[in-house]
Amino acid sequence: MINLPTILTLLVDGVSYGLILFLISAGLTITLGVMRVVNLAHCAFAMAGGYFALGCVRYAGLDLLSALVLATALTVVLGALLERTVYRWVYATSQLGQILMTMGLVFVMIASANLAFGSSLQSLPVPAWLAGTWETPAFTLSVYRGFLVLVSVALGVALWALLEFTEFGAKLRAAVDNPRMARCVGINVPRVFAITFAGGCGLAAIGGILGNQMLPLEPWYALKYLVPVLIVVAVGGLGSLKGSFYAAVILGLVDTFGRYYIPAGGAFIIYVASGVALLWRPEGLFGRA
Amino acid sequence: MNRQTVLSSSPQAVVARALTRHRFSWVDLLPWAVIALVYVVADTYVPLGTQVIIMIIFALSLDLAVGYGGIDTLGHAALFGAGAYGAGLVALNLSTEPITGLLAAGVAGAVVALLTGPLVLRTRGVTQVMLTLAVSTVLLEVCNAWKSVTGGADGLAGFRIAPLFGAFRFDLAGHTAYWYSAGVMAVAFLFCKVIVNSPFGLTIRGIRENPVRMQLLGVSVRLRLLMLYAMSGVLAGWAGGLTAQVTKVVGLDTLSFVLSGNALVMLILGGTGSLYGAILGATVFVVVSDRAAAINPFHWLFALGIVLILAVRYAPSGLVSLFEKGAARAFGRKSG
Repeated sequence: MINLPTILTLLVDGVSYGLILFLISAGLTITLGVMRVVNLAHCAFAMAGGYFALGCVRYAGLDLLSALVLATALTVVLGALLERTVYRWVYATSQLGQILMTMGLVFVMIASANLAFGSSLQSLPVPAWLAGTWETPAFTLSVYRGFLVLVSVALGVALWALLEFTEFGAKLRAAVDNPRMARCVGINVPRVFAITFAGGCGLAAIGGILGNQMLPLEPWYALKYLVPVLIVVAVGGLGSLKGSFYAAVILGLVDTFGRYYIPAGGAFIIYVASGVALLWRPEGLFGRA
Repeated sequence: MNRQTVLSSSPQAVVARALTRHRFSWVDLLPWAVIALVYVVADTYVPLGTQVIIMIIFALSLDLAVGYGGIDTLGHAALFGAGAYGAGLVALNLSTEPITGLLAAGVAGAVVALLTGPLVLRTRGVTQVMLTLAVSTVLLEVCNAWKSVTGGADGLAGFRIAPLFGAFRFDLAGHTAYWYSAGVMAVAFLFCKVIVNSPFGLTIRGIRENPVRMQLLGVSVRLRLLMLYAMSGVLAGWAGGLTAQVTKVVGLDTLSFVLSGNALVMLILGGTGSLYGAILGATVFVVVSDRAAAINPFHWLFALGIVLILAVRYAPSGLVSLFEKGAARAFGRKSG
């Protein structure tokens, strides 16, 4: 049962699942940890991205990659619009008000998805050049999974470079570390956060579209996958992108291996593991105590 | 109130004193008037009314934990589900007597609260939210896997409930269930009222506002919170037990994240930390969901979502605050 090809396959599956979770949760760790907005609707943006892409493929006849670009852009616009309107209302309210508003938003988005595409599971077509498998003597790798890992890693590196080497990254890091001081030196903190929010929605959309094979689209997507995403953010440490990255990959691996070797355990393993992790480090693996 | 009346021990004075101490007012009669009115005027809504009452009890339980204790929980269904499974198992294996089952449900809720409280109460904020969520999900997975006891994904079914007090059969129209639930709600509400206005309730509010300061004042913060969580567990257990006894099925959904989330939404919608908010929020949430679903079974979530978003915009401290403002304007003073 434990042989090398199986382990390698599981490894690739786990890592790609983890990377998808990272893409979806990257925006949330910033909104939750830095902007202090309990955004339970974050996963709904991943879902919106997926449905936009489905719409592009189905009604405009685009291929997956053009749909990916267009749908991500649409989700960024949607995120920016909502940030300018309904999220504005709750910045000043308590966290409870934020929970209520974002849950309302989730319900509206679930209902809209249901209205537009029906309640059944939907999947995005995979283009032919990504569909096959890549055979080696040691193991078989799905081309799509490989593509997914490459794209996610590339995005992760780009994100890191953006934060580390650009002026916007410097402003964001300053706003993260000390919003009041950042304002004092002339950084437009609300604007930086608004851009980050929209960008986070875009990343979530990419995660939602590319991860469609693992997390199939359905109206309840917004609530169903909210929990693993919240776990990633909490275990990684609020506001820490690095923490989210490690937590997401660990979670992906633990979940994939757990489900394969201990099928009876189901989701049990993940919750016990994250519970223990949080009891051990309540601020998250990379959180600031 | 002068010293004379405080010390007098005539029955009227004792009652008057108790009513003042626990801050009862005419508003407390309102829910019961509505319950009676629904029974008299709109007989067909009695089953919906029972659902509303059960969710009110659950929301009251959540208000104790969230609104008064400041415990951030998204896993309150763990306590509700414990009560539901407790009542179901008692009815299947021990006794079909409803009060026994209900007491067992309360104990089950409290036991789960006492066992998991020491873990989740150590933390605050998002970490606490995630831990409570993890607890309820682990419990759900246990109930899913332990088929011999809990029936797994099929849940518990096929049990019956003996007539209430040996006299009132649980009828198909749900009249007995309605009054039974209303009775339990009355007990739960009185319990909450007494608790939150007691010295214990005041220390709990102090902990919510500033735990460090309460610790420095010599209050054992963890212990108080654990006691509160256990009390909240009793009420949540009752709510779960009532669902089990009224519907005669117990499923995994009694432990679900969706139930915890909905209860939290109900409470925030009504307004936290006033008990009335729990009553109003649960009523509005359940009735709006039911009516919207009856009008359009597919797109009712849309209406509910819009209601929630508008509620945050126009009543950020809950629907109860609107009534308070209205009352203040009408009577020219601040009410409640």
